[in-house]
Amino acid sequence: MTEMVYGAMPVRAGEPVIPRWWRTVDKWTLCCILLLLGMGLLLGLAASPPLATRNGLPHFYYVQRQAFFGGMAVLAMLFTSMMSPAQLRRIGVVGFILSFVSLALLPILGTDFGKGAVRWYSLGFASFQPSEFLKPFFVVLCAWLMAASFDLNGPPGKRISLAVTVVIVGFLALQPDFGQAALVLFGWGVMYFVAGAPMLLLAGIVGIVGLFGLFAYGNSEHFARRIDGFLSPEVDPRTQLGYATNAIQEGGFFGVGVGEGQVKWSLPDAHTDFIIAVAAEEYGLILVLAIILLYACITVRSLLRLMRERNPFIRLAGTGLACMFAVQAMINMGVAVRLLPAKGMTLPFVSYGGSSLIAAGIAVGMLLAFTRTRPQGEIGDILIRRGR
Amino acid sequence: MIRTPLRPLARILLARQRGENPDAIERENLRLRHEAMRDRARVRAESRLLLLGVFFFLAFSAIGTRMGVMAASEPQEPRVASSGADIVAQRADIVDRNGRILATNLVTHSLYAQPHQMVDPKRAADRLVELFPDLNHETLVRQFTDPERRFVWVKRRLSPEQVQAVHDIGDPGLLFGPREMRLYPNGRLAAHILGGASFGREGVHSAEIIGVAGIERAYEDYLRDPANAGDPLYTSIDLTVQAAAREVLEGGMRLMNAKGATSILLDVHTGEVVSMVSLPDFDPNTRPQPLTAGDASDSPLFNRAVQGVYELGSTFKIFAAAQAIDEGLVGPATRIDTKGPMTWGRYRIRDFRNYGPELSVTDIMVKSSNIGTARLAMMIGGKRQQEFLRRLGFLDPLSVELTEAPGARPLLPRQWSDISTMTISYGHGLSASPLHLAAGYATMVNGGTLVRPTLLRQDKPQQGERVIKETTSAAIRDMLRQVVTRGTASFGDVPGYAVGGKTGTADKARPQGGYYKDRVIATFASVFPAHDPRYVLILTLDEPQETSGPEPRRTAGWTAVPVAAEMIRRTAPLLGLRPVIEPRAEDALTLVRN
Repeated sequence: MTEMVYGAMPVRAGEPVIPRWWRTVDKWTLCCILLLLGMGLLLGLAASPPLATRNGLPHFYYVQRQAFFGGMAVLAMLFTSMMSPAQLRRIGVVGFILSFVSLALLPILGTDFGKGAVRWYSLGFASFQPSEFLKPFFVVLCAWLMAASFDLNGPPGKRISLAVTVVIVGFLALQPDFGQAALVLFGWGVMYFVAGAPMLLLAGIVGIVGLFGLFAYGNSEHFARRIDGFLSPEVDPRTQLGYATNAIQEGGFFGVGVGEGQVKWSLPDAHTDFIIAVAAEEYGLILVLAIILLYACITVRSLLRLMRERNPFIRLAGTGLACMFAVQAMINMGVAVRLLPAKGMTLPFVSYGGSSLIAAGIAVGMLLAFTRTRPQGEIGDILIRRGR
Repeated sequence: MIRTPLRPLARILLARQRGENPDAIERENLRLRHEAMRDRARVRAESRLLLLGVFFFLAFSAIGTRMGVMAASEPQEPRVASSGADIVAQRADIVDRNGRILATNLVTHSLYAQPHQMVDPKRAADRLVELFPDLNHETLVRQFTDPERRFVWVKRRLSPEQVQAVHDIGDPGLLFGPREMRLYPNGRLAAHILGGASFGREGVHSAEIIGVAGIERAYEDYLRDPANAGDPLYTSIDLTVQAAAREVLEGGMRLMNAKGATSILLDVHTGEVVSMVSLPDFDPNTRPQPLTAGDASDSPLFNRAVQGVYELGSTFKIFAAAQAIDEGLVGPATRIDTKGPMTWGRYRIRDFRNYGPELSVTDIMVKSSNIGTARLAMMIGGKRQQEFLRRLGFLDPLSVELTEAPGARPLLPRQWSDISTMTISYGHGLSASPLHLAAGYATMVNGGTLVRPTLLRQDKPQQGERVIKETTSAAIRDMLRQVVTRGTASFGDVPGYAVGGKTGTADKARPQGGYYKDRVIATFASVFPAHDPRYVLILTLDEPQETSGPEPRRTAGWTAVPVAAEMIRRTAPLLGLRPVIEPRAEDALTLVRN
């Protein structure tokens, strides 16, 4: 008691970090993410041996790598999810600057791995894709800027964040990586929407996007072919989409059986963009529905939790992260079932890929941190309002 | 908008009076406004976040549903999609006027391979080449072992026995697709009318059949229109008559040593082409390739009846006579100067033989006098002659329902001079197709109304515009009959059918210019029965040579006419014409009552 009164003993400001984290974190979302990671490993067992065979490596080489990177991703996720919003904001801004610089230096130092787009840095044992890391940090930066504009006499954060977005989209389009560019643009749009975009402006943007789509359809053969392929009721069986469709139909409700699938031998992107087709063929509709449920659960729970959030920065950053995560999964699966036109996009946490896995770990770690339960000042609300 | 001040003067003054810090009021005010703004933003954000959540939930549900639908659907054999419309495999049948099949479809099988499913590509290729010697072994092996290829067409059409033989190879990578093919069960019969068909776009499950010539091509849209599925295309052809006509014509062509022949049987009232044969012909089931070198008219694909434009010789004389009579310039008995040779400028017109100083118009036709006809033409004049021939359709391509018809343009003199008028009157200097001639004769003898030939079955007579008077038509019929009874076409008489007609023998034009001395086109244009014509038969032999006599005879009277007579003898009963038994001359016997 004496020590306490005189401050001779260090005072515990609050409860210890990990118990508090456990108490406040959204355990459902955490479970879903870990389950997804497990699914990724399971499907990696099915989908990656053909790739390993093609590259002359041991059968489960890519599964081991996936497990290793998955472990790293979990560590990164846990670490970030324990941070406070202020720490996250600082890390986000610094991380944004770093990843932006590396993105800008890509044309000089990057490599294209013979795929026609310069998106990677080769580190020898692994490759590093700056745009994957850029996305979560970008969301945090934009949320910070937009939240700042909520202050009276605050800076014009929305306009600044738009400028930043345009620059990044420009860099991504230069690579070219239209998928990531669209994702970044979408992320900004969602945050702007939640930050209170005027409805008239939103309608105008939708109209402009539609016009641009028509223009691109008329002028770009590549684009037009994809849209035509999407709109025609028949699917050409020699395309990746044709194989994916066939695989889903072959799989039926319960799948053809573990290891019995054929599509993974035909599809070059079986372990990344079309992993859902492999899942559907070998494990059937059951597993696919489970995966969809996990994604939906993560997204919807996060968004509902963010509804209660009063801090605009946290609300916006959480929204951006959750929506980007969801839309990426949605596009990937939508393409495989031909609800959306063909666009290469990985399935977060499930598709194979080192840097994307770690980046996704950081992103959901931030999401978990933002959706943690924290006092929202409701009592104060009641007391103050009642008092007047 | 009225701005609310952050420092309300009343309160500031009050605070000053009390000695309080007025800045606190401003801060408090700012804080309240801030909170109000944040509350507004939060409420709006709440609803929008809810909207986002619902959107994502629905989107994920849609994907899940779609997955379920796809998983529940039966997997199908991968098939190559054709962009755009589906292939319509239905093609209507073509039938003759009585519904007998001329062209129909038959389901056969096509053979394709999916190399990635093959167990032993090498062996499969070996066995396939054993079965189908026309396949190239090296190409097959290369295609079957190429890791990039997922699909190889092997054969387009297989018979059931061949399908079984391929089955027996037992390779899972060899697959069959149903394939409709166009079948012409009558073979060469009516080959030129039908034309032929080939495959257009091909898919595994069906292939598009497209017409390449003849009525198949001309009626492409009708035949492929799914709206008429089941309704065959009725042509005007009578299959039995066509078969008889072809048989007679082929025999006649051989007998007369001709290199080609054509016959057209036309209904004079309805304009229906009841039979149309052109020899040599081909089998539309295996349509030969068009000639790439040489004269197109030597190809069996060449339809002499429609595409062949010839100077049709003396058969044209009847038009000059008809016009002269119709315009009242002469009557059938008017006598015309036929002293030969007739000179006009530097041209001389001769007759085959000298027929004396004068002949009646009827006798000019019966004896086929060039000079007499030329004189008739000069009485008419070039302008009116040209107009008359135009009305008969001799100056324009035919409108008959064949793709080849519009290309067969009659050849006209560049300048319609007096000499052209004279030569055209007896069938030189203007080239037209035998079908043109058939239409012209039908118009002459049916009472004088215009007939346009057609290949489709008609229900009623064509009421075409009147070209010549009824009486003129009757006079012409009488003349034509007399040509057979006592003139150049005496071999053409068929007892009971009162054949009338006009012969025509034209020297063939050399491609370099000028005429061959020993090559002719012999034509017999006939009508029967002459007193009430029902049909016109045009029969043309290309370079005939009748060698039974001491020297070869080439005139139509010796070549085309006997063949035509035989054809009428064979076909008239099939057409439902009863022979009219002419009253026998009174003989010694008298009927006695007993």
